[in-house]
Amino acid sequence: MEEFADIELTVNGEKIAKRVEARQHLVDFLRIELGLTGSHLGCEHGVCGACTVRVDGQIVRGCLMLAIQADGADVWTIEGVSDTGEIEDLQEAFIARNALQCGYCTPGMLLTAAEMMEAGRKMSRTEIREFLSGNYCRCTGYHAIVDAVETTMESRFGG
Amino acid sequence: MKAPRFAYIRPDSLDEVLALLAEHGDEARILAGGQSLMPTLNMRLSRPRVLVDINRIDALKGIGLENGTVRIGALARHAEVMGSDIVAGNLPLVADAMPHVAHVAIRNRGTFGGSIALADPAAELPAVVLALDAELVLASARGRRTVAARSFFNGLYETERGDDEILVETRIPALGPGYRSSFMELARRHGDFALAGVCCHARVDGGVLSDVRLAYFGSDDRPRLAAGASAAAEGKAWSGDVKEAVKDALGGDLDPIGNFHASAATRLHLARVLTGRALDRMVASG
Amino acid sequence: MADPAGAVGRPLPRSAARRLAFGRGKYADDLRFPGLLHLAFVRSPHAHARILAIDPAPARAAVPEALVFTGAEIAAVCAPWQGTMEHLPSMVSPPQHALAVERVVWQGEPVAAVVARTRAEAEDAAGEVAVDWEALPAAAVRERTLDADAALVHPGLGSNLCFATTIEAGEAAAALANAAHVVEGSFSFARHTGVPLEMRTVIADYDPGEGRLTVHGSHQSPWHQQDTLSRMLGIPEQLVRVVSPDIGGGFGIKLHIYGEEIAVSAVSRLLGRPVKYVADRMESFVTDVHARDQGVTARLGVDADGRIGGLSVDALTSLGAYGSYGRPPISEGMMTIMMAAGAYANANYQARLRVAFQNKPPSGMYRAVGQPIACAVAEQLLDWAAHAAGIDPVELRRRNYWADEDYPVKTPGGLAIRRLSPRQCLDRLADMMGYDDLRAEQERLRGQGVYRGIGVATFLEMTSVGPAYYGPSGARISTQDGATVRLEPSGAVRCVTSVIELGQGTHAALAQIVADRLGVAAADVGVVGGDTASAPYGGGAWASRGLTIGGEAAWRAADGLRANILELAGSILQADPAALDLARGAVCDRATGEARIALAEIARIGHFRHDMLPPGVQPELAVTRHYVPDAAPFALANGVQGSSLEVDVETGEIRLLDHFVVEDCGRIVNPLLVEEQIRGGVVQGIGGALFEECRYDADGQMLNASFVDYLVPMAAGLPDIHVGHVETPIEETALGTKGAGEAGTVGAPAAILLAVNDALRPLGARVTALPIGPEAVLEAVAGARP
Repeated sequence: MEEFADIELTVNGEKIAKRVEARQHLVDFLRIELGLTGSHLGCEHGVCGACTVRVDGQIVRGCLMLAIQADGADVWTIEGVSDTGEIEDLQEAFIARNALQCGYCTPGMLLTAAEMMEAGRKMSRTEIREFLSGNYCRCTGYHAIVDAVETTMESRFGG
Repeated sequence: MKAPRFAYIRPDSLDEVLALLAEHGDEARILAGGQSLMPTLNMRLSRPRVLVDINRIDALKGIGLENGTVRIGALARHAEVMGSDIVAGNLPLVADAMPHVAHVAIRNRGTFGGSIALADPAAELPAVVLALDAELVLASARGRRTVAARSFFNGLYETERGDDEILVETRIPALGPGYRSSFMELARRHGDFALAGVCCHARVDGGVLSDVRLAYFGSDDRPRLAAGASAAAEGKAWSGDVKEAVKDALGGDLDPIGNFHASAATRLHLARVLTGRALDRMVASG
Repeated sequence: MADPAGAVGRPLPRSAARRLAFGRGKYADDLRFPGLLHLAFVRSPHAHARILAIDPAPARAAVPEALVFTGAEIAAVCAPWQGTMEHLPSMVSPPQHALAVERVVWQGEPVAAVVARTRAEAEDAAGEVAVDWEALPAAAVRERTLDADAALVHPGLGSNLCFATTIEAGEAAAALANAAHVVEGSFSFARHTGVPLEMRTVIADYDPGEGRLTVHGSHQSPWHQQDTLSRMLGIPEQLVRVVSPDIGGGFGIKLHIYGEEIAVSAVSRLLGRPVKYVADRMESFVTDVHARDQGVTARLGVDADGRIGGLSVDALTSLGAYGSYGRPPISEGMMTIMMAAGAYANANYQARLRVAFQNKPPSGMYRAVGQPIACAVAEQLLDWAAHAAGIDPVELRRRNYWADEDYPVKTPGGLAIRRLSPRQCLDRLADMMGYDDLRAEQERLRGQGVYRGIGVATFLEMTSVGPAYYGPSGARISTQDGATVRLEPSGAVRCVTSVIELGQGTHAALAQIVADRLGVAAADVGVVGGDTASAPYGGGAWASRGLTIGGEAAWRAADGLRANILELAGSILQADPAALDLARGAVCDRATGEARIALAEIARIGHFRHDMLPPGVQPELAVTRHYVPDAAPFALANGVQGSSLEVDVETGEIRLLDHFVVEDCGRIVNPLLVEEQIRGGVVQGIGGALFEECRYDADGQMLNASFVDYLVPMAAGLPDIHVGHVETPIEETALGTKGAGEAGTVGAPAAILLAVNDALRPLGARVTALPIGPEAVLEAVAGARP
């Protein structure tokens, strides 16, 4: 029972072994210890979604999970999914539609949108809006983001 | 803000968990999904000495159906409950409530048991288990006991669970023949905690209601089973007059707590409006 | 004027979006500094209190490496500042320290800074600093701040009044007395704030060797910061460098000088180490500037035909404990009384403004400053007047706009207006909305107990404010912007601008402008900025000025470079530069369009083959120009917004169905950028209309300082936002643009307020306080019932 522990995990496909302080949350770990600064902090109380990362195949609030809890986990961040090209169509749709302005929410928004794609079907705009509601964007007013997600769904799954 | 210092332990078995809780008492906090605990740590509102992470205890996981009772393990994630065929087929009230519980990323991590054990008065699931007359299984080094949901919630974040106990699972009777349910919630925004919420569960036979259970959240200091309002509908054929009687009776059942999101009077009013609409919908759903 | 084959006017995606979408943004907190220390603040739990003693010993006991600096210790190395304005001698504002000394005047005011190896340890230590407080009574209720027995925020001032003024034009009182219909209302606009998703961040790095201070921060005006840091800390300005990297939203919040940011630089200087402070979300709510917080009582008189006879407006703005340094805190109220009903022909106007201090966080400029209030008040009165006169609200507006022959107009509120296009915008909007059909549907649904509402509001947006205001105030804030445009040896173009980019896309628009002037593709122009040590001096990002002022500077710099390139080409080609032109990446014959020599070749020769040039030819392949918007005090954009919504009168819920905007921001350089500015602005306006409020109790304690309780709009529940344009280029600049960044926020609250009241009208119910929550709707409905 310690305030520090050694953990081993996979981040963006790379094996990582680190000693972490128990109180450090996952996004601080990614940002500070690994230099993966694409995941952002907007509140640290689990509301805004800027810290969204993928853990064991599902998006989570990176600020509401301790790094120590990710021991053994498979973690993906915006850097990783960008490198693999997995969400390239979503990213291109966001860029073409100007569905981001300051870009601070965008990594979390994209990871959430990527999980929405798992449904394997085109959703209604209302469904898209509800799915995205755990991610705040203060710049765009969301309309362009909904457009970009909708466009990507159409190209992946047909109109 | 960063969390204060604490020690962390991740036991592999339920017995270890129980031993740790017995040892540390109120200086330990159970870390399940963490979706409510972590914000309080990050705001330094909570300063436990020890966090006991139960996320790898297999005995607390899973959803099953046995002898007409659905068992939801304490660690079942909201997303898992939401996607469960057992839940969809046997607990439509739970299924209806789940989309109102926060947002996707929270539902991927937050747990059914955690929500019940925390007993946030504005949360959906505590009221749902009240309406469904669920049983909660608690374990400690002293042994196991089963507490009816209707006896579990004692006050604002106060429950029957002792500091050395853990909620192991929730047992909920599957929807019986002739029974229906209905869920309605008002929140400022999608996924927010409720300004008012109602869970209705009753047998409906030829428009006549029986075994009526109306449970409320977002109103009182705890989820509340409305005995008077339920009784006002009991044995009655659903009608405009009955609806008004139920809404009237609700004033004697609820003791809403006002805050800057909505006053006590507004919460009672909203609870009444929702009750009428939810029962209308429930009766019409057959 | 724009080349049909050119970049200006086209919806080109911006290159920065690609970087940000791939997670490669570099915001201030992403930067790495060797030897970095982290800073946390000890803050006041009281809205008003005397600091009797500060004991750092428990903090050092908890975290031995921690260092504690009290307000007095920082004050010893950092001068206080005072937010007075030279042109407003009656406006009072007391000196303000980076950290409180002796007395705190709002809950959350910092009193000590604690430095440690990590943020968590700094917080561990800060939590242990023992402060002995003597709580004092606080002024925290808007309506009571000017009462004789109100607690005084600054006892030395003798009153909480910061400023008062009046406007008298024509015969407003008589006009109101004689009007066929008079409507009136008392409105309240809640205190709220901007909530950029990236919280304020600053890293100060003082190098004691050279005596040089380098500050990286999420700041909209690094120029203002550089000036302030140099003077307050006594560091020569050439040794102060401020860098704004990627910024995660600002909306005005990051425009201001904050005591914390100055204190971080002071601590770095004392320690000779880089020091970082990132506001957390809860700190942001009690330290980011707050805005709005205004009560307005207003009356409007119209004749039987609905023509405006007179208007009176009485506004009381509640500031926090201070105005923000260099930015007049009275602007919220001044914009309200200056701009109310400015688009409408009227000669009779009276207004009063009082501005008062409260024990709350300092007030500053948040997107659209005062204009949403002016718009909501005037437009609501117009709607009520329309109903009183039995005229359709849209028709009533058509009758009242300034006529085209009235321009240029000096409004009774004091606005000098060259030309507006509200009629064209209104016609276009009514068409886009299907206004007549919506009205018919509304009528039909009312019969079924469904309460739909339609709100149509005309807005003005003051953009690109020039020197006429900031100059006389004595504020050391520049209203010009500058650009250096440079031909690189490959033939590529680089533009270094003073314009600060925080997501608006201004840098991308500058690339489009420069590209067209130089006959290259927008992709061939790289735009950088944000570093006060290397960019031309400018003003920063505020008042929707980047494109109109910085864009004009870039246009002029590019034109200067173009002349230099053609001159160089003339000497290389032995041709008259006047017979040459730049197009498609080449120098070509102006008459025939025939390419004579590639731009890349000119660039190569101009940079590397000076030996080939005739004697005396000095290639000048970089040109810097600045632009001061001197021809008009501001560029006034205008437009109309329409809201369609449904009110559930039993639950008080408001369901937004659709939102429409037709705006005129002059020439559109990139419609993709303009439209998303509009949409984003509308949604912040929706926030102000329905959700956002800094809730305080009577003792000055903020009740909802977290994202759990301070509600901002999220994707669900928002309507699609349809945007149309009318394009009336301004004549003062070659570029012809006006700003567009605030238009959405100016008009959306009004459109929604009008629509809600339109929905409730059959019930005789009325709401006049923003934000409009379900409880307010229910109370209005209950209050209206017989």
